Amino acid sequence: MIFILLPFVEMFYASLRPLDHLFRSPYQFYSDDLSFWAYREMWNTVPMLPRYIFNSFFLASVTSIITLLFVIPAAYSYARFKFPFKNSSLYILLAINMFSGAVLLIPLYKVLRTFGLLNTYQAMIVPGVAFLIPTAIWLLKSYFEKIPIDLEEAAFVDGASRVQILRHIIAPLSTPGLVVVGIYAFIGSYAQQFLFAITFNQKKEYMPIPSGLYEFIGYTTVKWNEMMAASLVGIAPVLIIFLFLQKYIVAGLTSGAVKN
Amino acid sequence: MNQKLKSYTAQTYIAYALIAPAALYIILIVAWPLLETIRLSFTNSSLAGEDYVGLENYQKMFSSKKFNGIVTRTFVWMFFSVSLKLIIGLIGAVLLNANLKGRSIFRVLVMPPWVVPIAIGMLGWLWLYNGYFGIIAGVGMRTGILDGPFGFLAYKQSAFISTIIADVWVGTPMVTVFFLAAMQGVPRDLYEAAYCDGASRWDRFFKITLPQITPVIITMSLLSAIWTFNSFEIIWILTEGGPRGSTTTLIIDTYKQALGNYKFGRGAARAVVVMILLMLFAGFYLALLARINKKISHE
Repeated sequence: MIFILLPFVEMFYASLRPLDHLFRSPYQFYSDDLSFWAYREMWNTVPMLPRYIFNSFFLASVTSIITLLFVIPAAYSYARFKFPFKNSSLYILLAINMFSGAVLLIPLYKVLRTFGLLNTYQAMIVPGVAFLIPTAIWLLKSYFEKIPIDLEEAAFVDGASRVQILRHIIAPLSTPGLVVVGIYAFIGSYAQQFLFAITFNQKKEYMPIPSGLYEFIGYTTVKWNEMMAASLVGIAPVLIIFLFLQKYIVAGLTSGAVKN
Repeated sequence: MNQKLKSYTAQTYIAYALIAPAALYIILIVAWPLLETIRLSFTNSSLAGEDYVGLENYQKMFSSKKFNGIVTRTFVWMFFSVSLKLIIGLIGAVLLNANLKGRSIFRVLVMPPWVVPIAIGMLGWLWLYNGYFGIIAGVGMRTGILDGPFGFLAYKQSAFISTIIADVWVGTPMVTVFFLAAMQGVPRDLYEAAYCDGASRWDRFFKITLPQITPVIITMSLLSAIWTFNSFEIIWILTEGGPRGSTTTLIIDTYKQALGNYKFGRGAARAVVVMILLMLFAGFYLALLARINKKISHE
């Protein structure tokens, strides 16, 4: 527990202390001058911070919406129909999860360069979606499977069309599942914003929080209290979402991997 | 019969049509780049252009001492990281499964490193590892273990260990959560029966819990081996593979060759090695999964 939480505690503590207290060696455990000063000052030190935050949210939202658009029909199909290659393709999806994006970077980089798409939002969104699709399909499939097929058949007998069934039966019943998968995709794409971001984008205006802050470590004397404050601001949204919804997310993820 | 066949194929068409967008996307963004990487590995592709060079990249790579060192290092790094994750995860899951006060809060509190963007968590670790002002060096100096400032990421061995610890920090929560889920799935009556027979705590753990969750332990070790193998951000942010290559794993080396030096061909050859290893892992994992599923459906 200490091992897991200490870094966060120390990050928070450091963010409250004045810089000259941090820069004392050996480490001082006690500061009498705690304040939220760094949280105000960081906006000056990292002038693009609001932009990074916006970028992170924007990238994560767009990525998760696109992921859902691809995943909903596919997951529904896996949950309801029998067809050749169904199981093997599901396993292939699992296998894709095991490939790190790093293996695919070279051709993707070349393609993006040829089409002049380096240093754009798309360059980070397009590969991001690909790595969220597999797990999202597995997750959503298990939600769709829980909707009794009898309901659909009854509606079908009553003369409802497929579209009507989808709108009036599947959609409302699967809302909780969609929300969980959407959140999974959001957190997932928020968290994966480093590799693709540092590789495909050099432009500050498009950087998400992680790569934006990482850049600051490189070339200036790091103002650690502000850096920690900014990091915590970057962490906060996912942490808040997660704390509220952790029950559903964990249940969904573990059931997918443990039992299936 | 004919009718049935017709409706069956119609259904199949619908099924495929619904999957098609996702499938095409994956083919375009994942499958094609994989194949293209293989092709590039036989060329000297760079920003300037490319020529077919046959096996040259591979020959150079395998005959280089440095590369062989990197492969060994990757596996040593993986071995320590995965073992620590499994051991700590198992202990953590046992504690979280016990009837302790406030365990539901603790169950939530173990998870942050898993959810938080790894890259941002690593910025925190950079500060912790700071040789002059960081808390770890500070504690070391205060207690006299260190006799002066010590840059954990500046020396070969300590950097190697430090990156492992950070990787364990990121990976353990997930392992713990999965173990915990598995432990909660162990039928209660097994414990009750054992309790009536007078089995001790240890007996109950080693004779019931452990065998019952073995499939999950095996799957998790494979999965976390794969993730650890793929671990990029942690090392990249902490050390960029340094000092003097001491934390350069295969993934880091691939990245450096390809996108640091823009030697796409050489990078691709390394990526192919990574791919082959990953496929071996994935093959193991899927075979295992299929076996476990079969077992479950037989019971």
